[in-house]
Amino acid sequence: MKKVEAIIKPFKLEDVKEALSEAGITGMTVTDVKGYGRQQGHSELYRGAEYVVDFLAKTKIELIVNEDDVENCVNLIVEAAKTGKIGDGKIFVSSIDEVIRIRTGETGSDAI
Amino acid sequence: MKTKLIWLIALLLPVFAFGADTLDTGDTAWMMVSTAVVLLMTPAGLALFYGGMTRSKNVLNTYAMIVGAFVVAFVAWIAVGYSIGFGNGGSMQSYIGGFDNIFLNGIKWSDLSGTYPTYVFIVFQGTFAAITIAIASGSVIERMKYSTWLLFVFIWTIAVYSPIVHMVWGGDGALLFDAGALDFAGGTVVHMNGGLAGLVLAILIGKRAGLNKTAMKPMSIMLTALGGALLWFGWFGFNGGSAFGANGIAGLAFLTTALAPSVAAITWMILEYMIYKTITLLGAVSGIVAGLVAITPAAGFVDVSGAFIIGAVGSIVAFWGVVVLKKKFGYDDSLDAFGIHFLAGLWGALAVAFLAVKDNDLLWDGPLKASGDRMGQFMVQVESVVVVGLFTLVGTIVVYYIANILTGGARVDEEQESVGLDEALHGEKALNL
Repeated sequence: MKKVEAIIKPFKLEDVKEALSEAGITGMTVTDVKGYGRQQGHSELYRGAEYVVDFLAKTKIELIVNEDDVENCVNLIVEAAKTGKIGDGKIFVSSIDEVIRIRTGETGSDAI
Repeated sequence: MKTKLIWLIALLLPVFAFGADTLDTGDTAWMMVSTAVVLLMTPAGLALFYGGMTRSKNVLNTYAMIVGAFVVAFVAWIAVGYSIGFGNGGSMQSYIGGFDNIFLNGIKWSDLSGTYPTYVFIVFQGTFAAITIAIASGSVIERMKYSTWLLFVFIWTIAVYSPIVHMVWGGDGALLFDAGALDFAGGTVVHMNGGLAGLVLAILIGKRAGLNKTAMKPMSIMLTALGGALLWFGWFGFNGGSAFGANGIAGLAFLTTALAPSVAAITWMILEYMIYKTITLLGAVSGIVAGLVAITPAAGFVDVSGAFIIGAVGSIVAFWGVVVLKKKFGYDDSLDAFGIHFLAGLWGALAVAFLAVKDNDLLWDGPLKASGDRMGQFMVQVESVVVVGLFTLVGTIVVYYIANILTGGARVDEEQESVGLDEALHGEKALNL
């Protein structure tokens, strides 16, 4: 089992969610996050006072999938979240030791 | 107040031919409406205008400073202020109006101020007293103790505002009234006065912690824009009502009150675009307010071209005050009460000497009306600016220290300032999401 974490532009969330649910991925966790990478921040101007905003608003989605689905899942996210401009985000894939569904006590792939 | 003006209107309108002491329903209705919309300028207009520019942890405190200023100043006005402002001063008539009308003693419901009830005049003037000191709050937001502020407002309204309003508008015998100063609706009395008091307070109380180090971003420009719109709406009563009747002069003030701010907002937007390559909503609204302030002393004296010039230059002066002057001297006039109200008010008060139309039906007694002497009028305007400026400067310093000592320090402690005044002082939050 793998965890796929993707940091994307907030306005791309709907597109990504749609692409993943069409492919049969049934759940995800979404968080509003702030950060910066190559895109850096932007500046805001109030009556001549300029403030540099270092951290930009991004959206983080997390999903746990079977190893077979990882490649497809990553491709779908890349396709849906891409604008081609700087600041599109990143995807991280990592291994997961165990998954347990609280309601039934199922474990492993059954719990995904 | 302007008995000569009312007498003049009486000549123009046959309905008044029987004498100026008859109640006119049109004038009365207009003055009551004006008073109500001027009231709206403070606890809605200015409060939202300033509140929106405050950081979200202090927005309720900023709003409360303005609501508090209104209610305290209004009570101070009824208690003593009106008597000092518009009473009969006897031997002190040059500077103050005396103490005969404390708590409106001796004034009856049936008394008239020209063609409308004296009580309406008193409330109208009370709303001016209240907004003047409320303007000053913008310079000292996010760091002043609420108790010190309220006490300061009470004493200042009586000791600083009331003598100034007397000297400028107090009728025959009053210092600047006799000199022939032209101040239609309060460029010196309200805006220079409030703006300068703000600057003095900002310097005495010190800068906000973290100024120029942390980003002090406004909570919501949306609220500021709404507040600006309400100020503009109320200003029709502020300037229009200062004609003291439902008449042609009020009509002229209406025109200039709509035109000058529009020109000023366009000017501010052009300046922003030239310098920053961006046009901001805050800039547009700031321009509107600068234009309103600048036209205030001239609203019933100038024509279309005068309103254009006063609005455009008023905006440039305020922009310079906010962007250049404040940075150069490093004082923390947080919401630019000095930069916008003092400087644009000063410009309007001086410019009126050269831009007022030479029409004796509009002009008040003074060198310009008497002999068309614009330089002479300018010197009178300079005198009124200097007298009001010095009186406010000294008076504000004295009142600040009195309020400071009586409340055990004027500033909140470091922890309260960092937590935010809404939670630390008022136990409230702007948004519970």
